[in-house]
Amino acid sequence: MLEQRIIRNLQQTLGKEHVSTDKADLICYSYDATQQQFLPDVVIYPATAEDVALVMKLANAENIPVFPRGAGSGFTGGSLPTRGGIVLSTERMNRILEIDSENLVATVEPGVVTEQFQKAVEKLGLFYPPDPASLKFSTLGGNVAECAGGPRCVKYGVTKDFIIGLEVVTPTGDIITTGGPTMKGVVGYDLTKLICGSEGTLGIITRIVIKLLPLPEAKKTMLVMFDSIDGAARAVSTIIGHKIIPTTLEFMDGRTLDCVRQATDLEVPEGARAVLIIEVDGDREFLAKQVQKIQQLIQPLGVVETRSAETPEESEALWQIRRSVSASLRKVNPDKFNEDICVPRSKVPEMIRKVDAIAEKYQIPIVNFGHAGDGNIHVNVMIDKKVPGELERAHKAIEEVFKGALELGGTMSGEHGVGIAKAPYIPLEISEKAADYMKTIKKALDPNNILNPGKIFLD
Amino acid sequence: MAKLKNLEDYREEIEQCVKCGACRAHCPVFGAERREGRVARGKVALSKAVLDGEIGLEEKVIEDLSQCLLCGSCCAGCPNKVPTEEIVAAARRKIAEQRGLSSFGKGVAAILGRPKLMNTLAKTGGALSSLLFKKLPEHSGLRLRFPAPYLESGRTLPPLTARPFRERCPERIEGKEGMPTVAFFTGCGINYMYPEIGEAFLRALKFLGVTVIIPGDQACCGLPAVSAGAGEVVEQLAEQNLAALTREPVDYVLTACASCNAGIGKIYADLGGDYEQLAAKTRDIFVFLVEMGLPEKLAELPSRGVKTRVTYHDPCHLRTRGITKEPRAILKSLPQVEFVEMEDAATCCGLGGTYSVYHYENSKRIGAKKAGRIEESGAELVATDCPGCIMQLQDAVNHAGGKQRAVHILELLNEVLPEE
Ligand SMILES: Cc1cc2nc3c(=O)[nH]c(=O)nc-3n(C[C@H](O)[C@H](O)[C@H](O)COP(=O)(O)OP(=O)(O)OC[C@H]3O[C@@H](n4cnc5c(N)ncnc54)[C@H](O)[C@@H]3O)c2cc1C
Ligand code: SF4
Ligand code: SF4
Repeated sequence: MLEQRIIRNLQQTLGKEHVSTDKADLICYSYDATQQQFLPDVVIYPATAEDVALVMKLANAENIPVFPRGAGSGFTGGSLPTRGGIVLSTERMNRILEIDSENLVATVEPGVVTEQFQKAVEKLGLFYPPDPASLKFSTLGGNVAECAGGPRCVKYGVTKDFIIGLEVVTPTGDIITTGGPTMKGVVGYDLTKLICGSEGTLGIITRIVIKLLPLPEAKKTMLVMFDSIDGAARAVSTIIGHKIIPTTLEFMDGRTLDCVRQATDLEVPEGARAVLIIEVDGDREFLAKQVQKIQQLIQPLGVVETRSAETPEESEALWQIRRSVSASLRKVNPDKFNEDICVPRSKVPEMIRKVDAIAEKYQIPIVNFGHAGDGNIHVNVMIDKKVPGELERAHKAIEEVFKGALELGGTMSGEHGVGIAKAPYIPLEISEKAADYMKTIKKALDPNNILNPGKIFLD
Repeated sequence: MAKLKNLEDYREEIEQCVKCGACRAHCPVFGAERREGRVARGKVALSKAVLDGEIGLEEKVIEDLSQCLLCGSCCAGCPNKVPTEEIVAAARRKIAEQRGLSSFGKGVAAILGRPKLMNTLAKTGGALSSLLFKKLPEHSGLRLRFPAPYLESGRTLPPLTARPFRERCPERIEGKEGMPTVAFFTGCGINYMYPEIGEAFLRALKFLGVTVIIPGDQACCGLPAVSAGAGEVVEQLAEQNLAALTREPVDYVLTACASCNAGIGKIYADLGGDYEQLAAKTRDIFVFLVEMGLPEKLAELPSRGVKTRVTYHDPCHLRTRGITKEPRAILKSLPQVEFVEMEDAATCCGLGGTYSVYHYENSKRIGAKKAGRIEESGAELVATDCPGCIMQLQDAVNHAGGKQRAVHILELLNEVLPEE
């Protein structure tokens, strides 16, 4: 419980209606997509960088932790108020400030929802490619803080590749800007990239300057079923080896397809043990040729069936299998851990064999799907928490999965970040010296450990 | 009397919520007021906290739970199909039981079975003559939709009709031999506000030669009472309607109001037994007309030179029941109609049972978005399949200064049916 004096101070700064200590609000801002819950003491809704700066000054003076929160769709607990204190919601900072078609640059506030921004720029023939599966509800601030990725990242890169400038409130309450609306800029350290992916621990993002592309004229979608995961993996390396970079290369392994078969009436032939969804975009004429070439290249690799789409509706029908996965998994098993390891793309089949062996060893179903094009595998460990012993076995299996990915030169997380969920495993991936380097930065910028404490690193 | 489910009965569904936040993309109330308590995920979390005894039925909980249109958009977009609209309705019943019906606004308690207050209401009801208001049965959804605070809000209301629809027509209209027999469940909107929709309904069925029974003792479907948390009223109305609609054997029970369709077709289904059978027989008028091959018959009519641009609004209570194609099929087959699809056709208009009574400002904001979409579509008419939506859409268009008119598809159909 915070003293009334502090609440009054916040109310004076932000306006009464933008500060809440109602138990109902504390409950509503206590969770994210990890389904863990921690009650904050107060929820605030600032509207400007100045508001945020005043709050940070107060928080430092009173030693109250502050937890920035976008849509609360994070998978690793980054926004959870693990130590009570203040949840700082960006819900009111949701304006698109400028879309500059001449310079292909836009400026937005952090609470803008990713898809709403995409729709706004697409109306002007422009394109913001990063497409996390949560794009209909996640915020751009959250995307930057987690450096979110998605299917289109094979060709276009992840969130940070499109962020060229930021306005940030530092943990001690100063307002700074990093980078700017130019495509080049080498003056000083690249703080923009430092803040991208820093999970709200180094500063609160209050403005984002985004680089845009021209919107591709057309897109073509193919769904290809293979008789083995090796065939699918070889298809990926063959396509890229022939200098074609598709927009999207999504895969699902055999066990995922088993779940889809079990839970839906979508048509998945028995012989299919892996699926690739391949999308290409660009000029219309050029696409038809590219699709043909891809089909020729992959045909010898154990293709069971190929479906292709011409219209957006047909394309949506092809994506249906992929979109049904989450719900299908849940029908088969009530609880799951969704990890998102990333390995060099050529190592995907080897990684999947490792995961299969781990599943066998611990007797828990594990299914894999994800972004084959960049080696980012969503490893879903499926359990029923109510069955005694399953949770413990799952944790052991997850640790082995992480170790397996690291052995192959990979990483524990390609997209979802560390938060609290993966903090205990940090020493597996980051050397002590490298971790110290990072902690030194955090300590220097946030001497009182006020901003999102306990995230990324356990302390 | 069959009983509706309690909040406790929804524990399993509540636990299906994985807190992903996907409903933030779909909830119209959240779109109007971006606060977590306004979105399905928040309302489900609060319902769970109430069930677990972590929070009492305090003011903010009641307020958040009252901020729901029961439109089901969240459930449609939810990976786990969490039925937030049902959970919220059950939570409102719990609140009404413990804190009184007035929890969702002063007016609600007043309109349920308290003649004295009802008279006052009729007097304050500027747009509605007191005489007519008295004619509204005690439990009509319209009483819930038009309590005093609502009438003072300066919104566009259709006048109540001088002679309710059911008083104008016989209880049975004989069709041709070999054709099905149907019961027409009119609902309050058609009976008291839009009798012309009812007339159009009868003409369409006459055109096909269908036998129609219009039971005089049918009551409100009970959906506004669901919204107000008045569980017992819903149960009473269901019982009365069951008796009225099953007295004579019929092949189908038809509705021309989305809310009534969901009321009898879905809410009653949950009551089990005979109610389930009644629900199974319930059909939306356009689903029935398509099954009867009306579009093919309309195609034979001569085409019209000058066509009117018409767009379609999906009423939530049809969309969430999977009925989206049939109303469009009829519209598209009308010779005087040039159909255009509008963006966000499937987004709620903002009426939401009793929602717009107590949250008129938010309701207007949601309606304003809709009015914008209608304008962008370039249509002159926005057609739909629900008197409630028609009322709200017209209000939204008027506030936005638009010229479009909101109509029922049956009214457009009526224009082209051959004279008898
Ligand atoms: C169904 C589903 C699918 C998903 N798919 C993907 C996917 O394909 N790819 C992917 O990368 N992720 C995915 N995610 C994870 C999640 O959506 C992303 O991490 C997203 O970027 C989080 O955005 P948010 O607005 O919800 O942020 P939150 O969850 O609210 O916060 C995330 C982190 O960002 C910080 N933060 C938020 N706003 C700010 C700010 N203004 N300044 C500083 N820090 C801030 C928070 O403190 C926290 O550490 C998915 C999640 C779900 C539920
Ligand atoms: S979409 Fe469904 S599961 Fe996800 S938060 Fe909303 S109600 Fe819960
Ligand atoms: S039923 Fe409609 S208003 Fe209510 S939470 Fe769901 S989407 Fe929002």
